[in-house]
This record gives sequence, structure tokens and C-alpha cells, in this order.
Amino acid sequence: MNKKMEKILQNRELNLVLLTAVLLIAISFRAPSFLALKNIERIINDTAILIMVASGQLLVILTGGIDLSVGSTIAFSGMAVSMLNQYNPEIPVVLLIFLGILIGTALGAFNGACVAFGKVPPVITTLGTMSIFRGFTFVLSKGQWVTAHEMTEAYMNIPKGKLLGIPNLTLWAVAVFAVMFYFIRYTRSGREIYAVGGNKTAAHFVGVSERKVNFMVFTVAGALCGLAGVMWTARYAAAVNETATGFELQTVAACVLGGVSLAGGAGTLTGVVMGALFLGIINNALPVVNLSPFFQMGIQGFVVLAAIVANVLMEQRNDRKLLAGRRR
Amino acid sequence: MKNTVLELKDIAKYFPGIKALDKVDFTIRTGEVHALIGENGAGKSTLVKIMTGVYQPTKGTIFRNGKSVQFKTSHDAQAAGVVAIHQEASMFSELTVTENIFMGHHLRKKSGMLDWKAMTRHTAELLDKLELDISPDTLIKNLGTAQRHMVEIAKALSVDAEVVIMDEPTSALSLKEVEELYKIIRQLKNDGKAIVFISHKFDEIFEICDYFTVFRDGQYIGEGEVPKSSIDEIVRMMVGRSLNQMYPKKDPKIGESILDVEGLSLPGYFSDVSFNLHRGEILGFFGLVGAGRSEVMRTIFGIDKKSAGKITLKGEVLEMASPGLAMRKGIAYVPEDRQEQGAILEMSLSHNITLPQINGLSSFGVLNSRKERGVTEEYGNKMEIKAASWKVNANTLSGGNQQKVVLAKWLATNPQILILDEPTKGIDVATKAAVHEFISEMAAEGLAVIMVSSELPEILGMSDRIVIMHEGKVTAVMNRDEADSDNIILAATGHGRGEKK
Repeated sequence: MNKKMEKILQNRELNLVLLTAVLLIAISFRAPSFLALKNIERIINDTAILIMVASGQLLVILTGGIDLSVGSTIAFSGMAVSMLNQYNPEIPVVLLIFLGILIGTALGAFNGACVAFGKVPPVITTLGTMSIFRGFTFVLSKGQWVTAHEMTEAYMNIPKGKLLGIPNLTLWAVAVFAVMFYFIRYTRSGREIYAVGGNKTAAHFVGVSERKVNFMVFTVAGALCGLAGVMWTARYAAAVNETATGFELQTVAACVLGGVSLAGGAGTLTGVVMGALFLGIINNALPVVNLSPFFQMGIQGFVVLAAIVANVLMEQRNDRKLLAGRRR
Repeated sequence: MKNTVLELKDIAKYFPGIKALDKVDFTIRTGEVHALIGENGAGKSTLVKIMTGVYQPTKGTIFRNGKSVQFKTSHDAQAAGVVAIHQEASMFSELTVTENIFMGHHLRKKSGMLDWKAMTRHTAELLDKLELDISPDTLIKNLGTAQRHMVEIAKALSVDAEVVIMDEPTSALSLKEVEELYKIIRQLKNDGKAIVFISHKFDEIFEICDYFTVFRDGQYIGEGEVPKSSIDEIVRMMVGRSLNQMYPKKDPKIGESILDVEGLSLPGYFSDVSFNLHRGEILGFFGLVGAGRSEVMRTIFGIDKKSAGKITLKGEVLEMASPGLAMRKGIAYVPEDRQEQGAILEMSLSHNITLPQINGLSSFGVLNSRKERGVTEEYGNKMEIKAASWKVNANTLSGGNQQKVVLAKWLATNPQILILDEPTKGIDVATKAAVHEFISEMAAEGLAVIMVSSELPEILGMSDRIVIMHEGKVTAVMNRDEADSDNIILAATGHGRGEKK
């Protein structure tokens, strides 16, 4: 019995599901309407972009790195695509989406090249590009915004439209989830990410290229940011220079909440989606339970910190157990 | 007049599944240099850690000046005047000599402020005493290995240590520096300090030590006065176990030469290493720690880049540029440290086993899970890995089973040459036997095996031929029937090409 309990407690995804359930029940006591289908649908839709970007962040964190430039990448690709739409309204939206992804991919590849070939640590690389990409955004827009009446109806409908009653944005997130899930779980590259993150030396000894993996994860993360840039600007019908400022921390928070180890090598996509939804629920619930929005950031930060501390403690405990079993 | 300052009685230290030390007695006296002798893994380091409070003994008592004491932390041991100088100096390279020496026991002024003036003065005195020509304000990173060692000794003196333990202090020193060290050791001895000197090298032991204690397999074997003993006597105590363990050695069917290594060199690690390897042969590599055996293997496998020499595989001269290439050419390397280099602990057993060949198991980048399962089951079962399922993570297994996973992963690549670096280090007896059995079987099937090992019985029991290395050079190559523990140890300690003295 005890062992069983322990096993459950070690499964962080399950933990998070339980925690989320408790949270939902607690909120619904104060605001029963929170659990209405409509509201849940809204929460998921609100979290869709976070899910996309966090799954890219997951890949980077799995290798033991971190991508702090996701917010700026979203801003730049969103701005670039919005301006294209503004000045060339005849370009079809499908092409715009594609271009957004392409721009994001290029920025991500730049990060990846610095880390993989320039041997610059990920934190430093992306701390730099976080500013650089944001700076590019200002240069590109000359500080101007692209607002709703300058965008085409078709563009703004990318996330808003519905298919079978489900908002497109949610469908996009589901599609990203499906592709990433398959990629991580069933492809050679996915396996190599875990290998490099889990044990660089061992991966090197079996011929897995750390460079290739590093380059790849940043590039994929960039591509997802590009897509997110399109979705973000279309959804909020505005491309501003400050788009997605601070978003990188939310994506990291979603990963950590979802049980992804910041040391690399361990973590699942389902965990990250759970983590993102948990954050989404908190964000949506605070106004509902009449908490001042001023508390929002503080509470969010507190929850994330608590999750990280729990993660670290858990890892230490497991390490101790392992050490006891192997030390000579 | 020699006084007993530290006495260990009936000390035992158990780790899960392993008795690192059992029934150990050890006595240290003032004004004496006491050699602690034993093979790798004999338990010397564990004993040092117990004496310095890093480990707590499972059983037994430590007496300091006749009083029973407990060293709960290294701080306790230091306070009692027991200090160890480690093989690899543990220092803060960005801090000065003074700051390093007084780390942990800073001198303070009455006001509670740190008294750097006094500390610097004191450091200068210590350095003077050791005849070291360095300024107290030098950063450690600007010092050479030998000088760092001397600073470590100065640190030991600064806490007024009565017992100074030196763990292979000469391994990184040049001859001249060793002479310097001897001088200091003699000086310490005359000052009435008790010194424990850990070394593999007999010339050093006979040069500087007064007394010796021999350990083997975590047990006390014997002691004696150095001047009244001979090398042969001590060697016999070190290795003199009967080969009572049965090794499942199969009759070798040695085939044609498959790997030819000529004049292989890597500056700082080994030079001019030549040997050849045949199909169906188990080639043992013996040497002490630091002899360069693992580095030779890493170079053959393409992890380190050679500076000179030729590697010929089946008549083809190869530039071993990367592990990936070596793998494709049919070489498998099972590294010494399975935790650091072998298994990926957070990964499932199945994924661990298939990792070296995920290229072959996937088409267009997508893994074929049916094939993967096939490989996992075939080799996992062959190695008799004991696990709840192939999906559990490697870190849930015991060390022995982890080693089996690493072996399975390499075997699954169908190699022609299998390089095993310390294949049975730190695993339990039962698994050890299974691994040995399995190595024999593979060799009998025609695989060429290189087995690097520091365990003499294993080398003697398993190898068809033995290459012995000492300080980066091959000192002897022996056939199975000419090798015995004495001439191997002599060759491994650099005493000629295995001729008896």
C-alpha cells in the first residue's frame, strides 16, 4: 500500500492532474459557472498558444538548455507577418502562416547555430537574442503598431474561425501537440534528444551528435514560435512591439510544472500540456473568484516556485536513493 | 619514543551489497611514515574516508590517543588533528594560497573581522618552512601540480595536524619534486608527526616508509617493518589470494589477427603502444590506475584523437575520427563508468539497449517499435537482465543489472571487437560470474575481446594474453601460461619486463 502511494506520488503528471482537479473544485465552490463547458473551452483556447510554444521549450529543456528568446521570436515573426498582411492584403493567409513559421525557424536556427557550433551556453545565447530579436521588431515596425483595421478579415479569422464548433486556435494547438507527440516518441531524433539530455557522454559514445540535436531543438522551438506569432497577432488583432514580453518564463513554468527536469533528459509532452493548462486555469480563475488582477502575477509566480521546489526536493530524494544503491 | 596517536580497531564499512571494509585494524604512531598498501579496490580510500570523517564506519572503533572518538564530519577529524591530502588536490583555484590554506579556519581579530595580515604572515612562515618559493598572494590556478601539493601540505600544517594522510602524493610529481616531497616528509617525521603514505610504488615505499600495512579485498592482511621486508614478500601479501574463484574460461579458438595497433600515442597519457588482437581471443589489459589503459581504448574507439600511430582493422588502416565510425566498423566499447558514460539513467531499458543502432531501427527517421522490441528482448534476455519490464528506467536497477544493460546495448550492435573497460567493477559476485561466463561465451563464438581490468584474478583467470602497462607504456605482453601474479605486478609497477628481482 505504502509502495503504491509512493509510486503515485512519484508520477508527477498524475500529481498535477490531482492538483488541477482540486483547484477546479475549489474554484467552482466560489464560482460554479467556472466549470461550464463554455468556460472550459475558453480556458483551453486561451492556453493554446502557450501549449504550442511550451512544447518547443520542452525540447530545448530536455537537452538541458533553455530558450529565453521565445517571446521575442513570437513578437518578431508576428510583426513581420502582420506587416506583410497590412501592405500586401492579397497574400493568402495559408502563405502567411507558412511565412511566419519560416521566419521563426530562421531565428531559432540562429540560436541553434550559436549553441551548437559557437559553443555559447543556451542561457547566454538566448539572453542575447531575446534583446536582439526584440530590437529587430522595433526596427522593422519603426515603433508602429499594426492594428485591427489594418489587418484583413481573413487574417484575423485564422484563430477565430470554428470547425465542428471548436475554435481554430484550439485545433492548431491539438495539431501541434499531435505532431510533437509523434516526433518526440516515435522518431529517431526524438530519442536522440532524450539521449543527449540524459547523458551527454553516453550519447557521444554511441555516436549521437550533440551538435545536431542542439541545433535541431532550437530550430523547432523557433518554428513553433513563428506559428505562435501569427496566431497571437491574429487573435488579439494587433501586432505591437511588446508582444509576448515575459512569455518565455510562462513556457518554462509550464514545463517545470509538468515535471520536466531542468537538468535535461526527463519530461513528457503530456506533462507540459498539463502544466500549461494549470497555468491557464489559474490565470482565468483569479478574476472569477474576485481576486484583484494585481495578485495575479504574484500568485502565478508563487505557484511556479512551489512547483520547482517540489521538483528539486523530489529529485534529491531520488538521487539519494540511487546513491545508496550504488555507492561503493 | 613512538606513541600511538590513532588506532582503528575492527573497522567495517558496508555499502548495500558490498563489504568495502571488514575486520580492519590499523595503527598510526608518531614519528613514523606508515605505508598503506593494496591493489585498486582493496579499500584504502574507504579507510582514509573513515579516518577523516567522510564516512562513518558500520562497525568498529577509532581511538585517538587511547580515547574512543567519533568523527562525524571531516571537520571533527580536522579538529582532532587528522588531515588527508588527496590525490587530486581539492583547492579553490581562483583564490590565493593564503585564502586556501585558511579556508574553514580563518583567523579573526578581536572585533570579529578576518585578520588577513596574520593569516598572510602565518602562510609565509609555513611556505618558508617547506622551502617553497611562492608568495602567499599567488592564485592557486597559477601554481603547478607539485606546488599545489605543497600548499595542501602547508594547509595540513596550518591546522597543526598530528596525523597527515597522503593519498598517492607522488602520482603527479616529477622526480625532482618527489625528492622535495621526501625531504618534507622526513622533516614532518622529525617533528613528531604521524604520516600515512598511500602508494603503489615499491621504490617509494622502500625509500621513505618505516612501517607498512597491507589490505586486500577490504580486509587487513598483514603488517611489518619496511626495512626488514622484501618486495617479494609485500607483493605476495598484496595479491597472494588463491585463485579459488572459478573462472568460466572456455578453450579459445584463436583465429586470424583482426586489430593491429602500432605506435599509438597520446601525449600526457600514453606513448608508443603496440599490440594486436585476434578473433576469439580475450586480451587482458592490466595496469595500475593512471597507467593509460582506458585512454588507449578511448583512442581506438575514436573518443580521443591520437597524435601518432596506426590502427589497422582487418587490413584496413583507419583514422578513428569518431565513436560513430568505430561503431560502424564493428567496434563496441563498454566504458568503465557505466553511470557517467554507459547507461542513460532516465531512459527506459529498451531505449537504452537500442540507442546505438537507432539508425538501423528506423526508416525515414521513424523508429520501428516492433524491431526495437525484438532487439530489446533478444539481448535483454540473453544478458538475463532482471527488471520488472523493459519500460522501466535504468536508474531503477542495481549496478550489476545496469552493467548488463550496457553490455546488452553494445552486443546488440553485433560487434566484431568488444572492448570492456573494468566490466565487473562495483558489481556483486553473482553478476560478476554471469558477466565472466558471458565474456567467455562471446569469445568462443569468435568475438575478439579486450578486457581492461585492475583485478588481477580476473585478468589471470580470463585472458588468453595479457598486455601490461605502466605510466603510459606497455611494459610487458605475456601469454596465459607465462603470467603469474608476481611478474604481472612487477611489470605493472615498472620493474622491468616482468623479470623477477
